Amino acid sequence: MQPDLKLVSLLSTGRHPKSGRACRANQDSRALELAMKTSSQVTAVHAGNPDNNVLRQYAGMGLKKIAVLDLPETADPTQSLKHYLDEQSPDIVLTGVRAEDGESSGMLPYLLSEKLGWAMVPRIAEIQSIENGKAKVLQALPRGQRRLIEVDLPFIASVDNSAAEPRQSAFGPASRATIETISTEIFTDEALAGWQLSAARKRPKRLKIAKAKTAADRFKAATAKSQSKGGTLIKDKPASEQAKAIFDLLVTESVIKQP
Amino acid sequence: MALEWLHPVLIAAVLVLAAIGAVRRVNLWRQGQKEPVDIVGGLLAMPGRYMKDLHDVVERDKYMSKTHVATGGGFVLSMVLIVLVHGLGVDSKLLGWALLASLAMMFTGAVFVYLRRRNPPSRLSKGPWMRLPKSLLSFAGAFFILTLPLAGVLPEGTGGWLLTLVLTVLVIYGLSEMLLGMTWGGPMKHAFAGALHLAFHRRPERFGGGRSTGLKPIDLGQPVLGVQKPSDFKWNQLLGFDACVQCGRCEAVCPAFAAGQPLNPKKLIQDMVVGFAGGTDSHYAGSPYPGIDIGSASGGPHQPITEGLVTPDTLWSCTTCRACVEECPMMIEHVDAIVDMRRFMTLEKGSTPGKGAEVLENLIATDNPNGFAPASRSNWAADQNLNLMSEVKEAEVLFWVSDGAFDMRSQRIIRAFVKLLKAANVDVAILGNEEQDSGDLARRLGDDATFQQLARNNIATLSQYRFKKIVTTDPHAYHCLKNEYGDFGGNYEVFHHTTYLNELVQQDRLKFDQFQGGKVTYHDPCYLGRYNGEYEAPRELLRSLGIEIAEMERSGFRSRCCGGGGGAPVTDIPGEQRIADMRMEDVIATDAELVAVGCQQCTAMLEGVVEPRPEVKDISEILIDVLIEEVH
Repeated sequence: MQPDLKLVSLLSTGRHPKSGRACRANQDSRALELAMKTSSQVTAVHAGNPDNNVLRQYAGMGLKKIAVLDLPETADPTQSLKHYLDEQSPDIVLTGVRAEDGESSGMLPYLLSEKLGWAMVPRIAEIQSIENGKAKVLQALPRGQRRLIEVDLPFIASVDNSAAEPRQSAFGPASRATIETISTEIFTDEALAGWQLSAARKRPKRLKIAKAKTAADRFKAATAKSQSKGGTLIKDKPASEQAKAIFDLLVTESVIKQP
Repeated sequence: MALEWLHPVLIAAVLVLAAIGAVRRVNLWRQGQKEPVDIVGGLLAMPGRYMKDLHDVVERDKYMSKTHVATGGGFVLSMVLIVLVHGLGVDSKLLGWALLASLAMMFTGAVFVYLRRRNPPSRLSKGPWMRLPKSLLSFAGAFFILTLPLAGVLPEGTGGWLLTLVLTVLVIYGLSEMLLGMTWGGPMKHAFAGALHLAFHRRPERFGGGRSTGLKPIDLGQPVLGVQKPSDFKWNQLLGFDACVQCGRCEAVCPAFAAGQPLNPKKLIQDMVVGFAGGTDSHYAGSPYPGIDIGSASGGPHQPITEGLVTPDTLWSCTTCRACVEECPMMIEHVDAIVDMRRFMTLEKGSTPGKGAEVLENLIATDNPNGFAPASRSNWAADQNLNLMSEVKEAEVLFWVSDGAFDMRSQRIIRAFVKLLKAANVDVAILGNEEQDSGDLARRLGDDATFQQLARNNIATLSQYRFKKIVTTDPHAYHCLKNEYGDFGGNYEVFHHTTYLNELVQQDRLKFDQFQGGKVTYHDPCYLGRYNGEYEAPRELLRSLGIEIAEMERSGFRSRCCGGGGGAPVTDIPGEQRIADMRMEDVIATDAELVAVGCQQCTAMLEGVVEPRPEVKDISEILIDVLIEEVH
């Protein structure tokens, strides 16, 4: 517990995988749990509709107050959040990896980190310690692996599914928490305005061919997440070499064409 | 006799002190929350409630009921006469003889109390209760000798100052126990608090043969939900706790106690008394909560109960089987108290143990405890050609399927029942995917908010359709629909499937062959039996197949829980044995090859016992095996 540390936890509306009903989002709840475990000064923020009942489910975890930046669905929340975070100047901002509803692009923490000029640590499972303006965080990697990362405050982190389970949401505190509406300048999401939305088509599923011969192999196949292979560390190389390496990668991934 | 002035003064002084104690005690109860009661009506009804309802329960132990009538009746009568004869000095031989008779009766009773206390069973509390027979004997004996001269048996002034001294000591000892103990907190407290508890009981419907088992709803707008501190109980609940005689009949029947889980209903009630009176449990002289030593608990009227007085595990061990309530001669409501405290744990602290939190979240998000897609609720009925209420709008019978719809084992029960309904040509329909969990589990886990939500949703759905009766195979849903939806405006005629099937059999709408099999026993589900008083219909159905039921030692209103109620399988508090295993031992003791059940939870719990063991079947499954289907 670091009582003097200011944390902001960003909350979104989740969507239950079986019933499709709005509920607290899994990763966001875990992020809030992590924030509440790390510090007693947690500000929970939602950008969207202040009348959203799902916010009460987060409040039931023991929040006295939830701040809501009152925004319509067509707004770009990153701008408003940036202004809000500038005012608050927190030490750590926690989000989920991606929203369960809406665009669900997973871009929000990255866009915020770009706007604020802070570091962004994706998929953390735990904050281990915070000392002298530096935090040690555990990043979740596929198949239960963890990587210890040191990062300067302030930073943004997205919280992985493997972070500690969120505490139970209790009805009493949930119904008594105040929802503080903050009116804010609305920035229209230009990109979104230009899009045409249509219902998703169910894509045909590729048949699985069982290649695994042993139970251990099948278990591996069932639990594996995509795992990056190879890679070279270019952190300490001169900038031109780093640029070249990125350029080459983009070409091999056919993101850009060789001029 | 010397010192003639002494005894009237003594009696008057003790009465005054007892009155002061009574006021003090009443003020302790008044720390509780307001609850309106009919004061005059209650007091007038009290003697009847004592003679009939309370005595009926005591009567289950013939030895004790006779002993209590002699001792208690003798004492009340003697006390009135003592005040007249020795206190006010009314000089009447007749009264003297009457007093001698009542004291003799009390003395005889006290002798039997003494005999019982020579080698008391473990369920009885010891400590101050062990001195009670001696106090009773001194009281009755001393006043008997004092009264002899007044009745003219002995000449006035018999005995010297030595006898007077001895008698005076005994009178002081007896009077203190009987009158001061009554209001200042001795064993006789049960008479004072018990009488008032009968008068101001929170469930007056229970008296005169009635039944009141539905939990009381809470106002969700209150500043604190559920019971955190002893003073959060209603005042008459506190009064009820004080009425406990520590006879331990609850302890003897509690499945959690027998399984070695940290619950003992008697100790819990005594801890509640410690809570509102303040202090520690070090004076408690009965069996502890299994695994928790006596002496470490302390509390006060405004101290949180789970911080020092009772561990949360104690509260979560209860299966809400109501065996303790059924057995309690003082008609104390243990289950109400436990659920009240659970409500605080769940609704305010968010600390439902085990899988409780997950189950409640599922109930909120998917209307069923296991988080299945609500749209798949009626998948089991895909091949059943059943009418949906949303299509037919009207049916004679609405079949409430309950969450067994998602469970493959329970589906066998449900399908069997549907087959029987079809064989009897019943006009039946189901709600299909519109049905939601009845809210039973949420409510027993203390989440009254979710229960109320589910109840309101279901009532809104039911109000769209016309039907004569609801029939269900799940006693838990049966109980909610029948006894707990009324508070939210849902009043229905609800039947358990065994009751309804029995009706069909009586009407000759179903015909069966004789049952060809071995010995059969029947397990009474708590929520069908104790909660709703249905013991006969399932037995009649079995008998109609030619089955002679090999009854278990604990059956009917004394049936032992399977361990599946009250969310106990979800919270899963560790003990030394499993309750279901103990129940299966009861079954095995009858040599039965098959145990008939009327509840899918009981089926699941009993089938969870490792084999070899008797087969477990719902009554509807037994019935379809011998159903004579008419060919059209």
